[in-house]
Amino acid sequence: MIRPHRAHALWYAFLLHRLSGLGLAVFLPAHFYVLSMALTQPDRLDRFLSWSEQPIVKLAEFGLVFLLAVHVFGGLRLMALEWLPWSASQKTLAAGSVAGAFLISTTFFLQAV
Amino acid sequence: MSSKQESMDVSVWRGDEQSGRFEHFEVPAQESQTILDVVSWIQQHQDPTLSYRYACRVGMCGSCAMMVNGVPRWTCRTHVKKVLDGNRLEVAPLRNLPVIKDLATDMDPFFDKWVAAEGMHHPSKTRDDPIETINPESADRQVANAGIECINCSVCYAACDTVSGNPDYLGPAALQRAWTVYNDAKDADKQLVLDAVSGRGGCHNCHSQGSCTMHCPNELNPLDAIAGLKRASAASFFKRRR
Repeated sequence: MIRPHRAHALWYAFLLHRLSGLGLAVFLPAHFYVLSMALTQPDRLDRFLSWSEQPIVKLAEFGLVFLLAVHVFGGLRLMALEWLPWSASQKTLAAGSVAGAFLISTTFFLQAV
Repeated sequence: MSSKQESMDVSVWRGDEQSGRFEHFEVPAQESQTILDVVSWIQQHQDPTLSYRYACRVGMCGSCAMMVNGVPRWTCRTHVKKVLDGNRLEVAPLRNLPVIKDLATDMDPFFDKWVAAEGMHHPSKTRDDPIETINPESADRQVANAGIECINCSVCYAACDTVSGNPDYLGPAALQRAWTVYNDAKDADKQLVLDAVSGRGGCHNCHSQGSCTMHCPNELNPLDAIAGLKRASAASFFKRRR
């Protein structure tokens, strides 16, 4: 439950980072297990890969990429917050320029697609 | 104000942590009323056995902090109209501290951690030496100045989920004090401070949730101070290994 003292952006950023981290931690052992099949059980791996062509699995992959992206940006945010002795206004400017760069690059990317 | 006086439904925590419960009071609403006014009104007009703590009533002493509708606040400077939820108010003792009775918490763990974090002056001179001149514009002094308005109210300590999860964690106020001492040019034992804040309950436990900075009534930034300690203690660790 989000109790009233937690209702602010930095706490939500912590929650997102923690949940995405847990999600990835649950995914990674399964990921390595499936990869290891390439060495131990190649036939079983091929069957799994054809099973994973299903739309529901493709949809789940979007979720996975989302978790990864959120966790990477969350980690960069934490490192910037804790390792760079910036003032509050410098942090706001830095966050603003990253958001601006993301907006512009995504626009170009969508046009390329 | 209307001629017919309106009243508020105020729930107040009574008793200790284990056997306590919320008790309801009808309190008349008044103009420019603070949460401390509400609590005092209950104690003066409804139940003289209500226990709570306050001293200065002007936001200087740091005695009157309580949980108000789930958020830690200095009650003497919190206006009712700012926090009233419909017609309801919930006033409880501060989180993360043992409750003595009703709204009064035992502040000992909070202050013990100030001492554990070496949040005290380590003199570099004796009384016979001339007074050292400090340039108020110097970078170190500016960083030290950022934290000196702390009134020890424990609002940050009550807001911190890392404190709730780890009873050994020194907490935002003690760590901010340590950062202030660390940046004081007149302090003689900065390594002692770093060693005190980088142990088991030290600054590296902080998850940067930022509730301390969010709720600090004096608008200080313990999150920033703790990040400073993380940098300083990490730098000291690598320097000593070389």
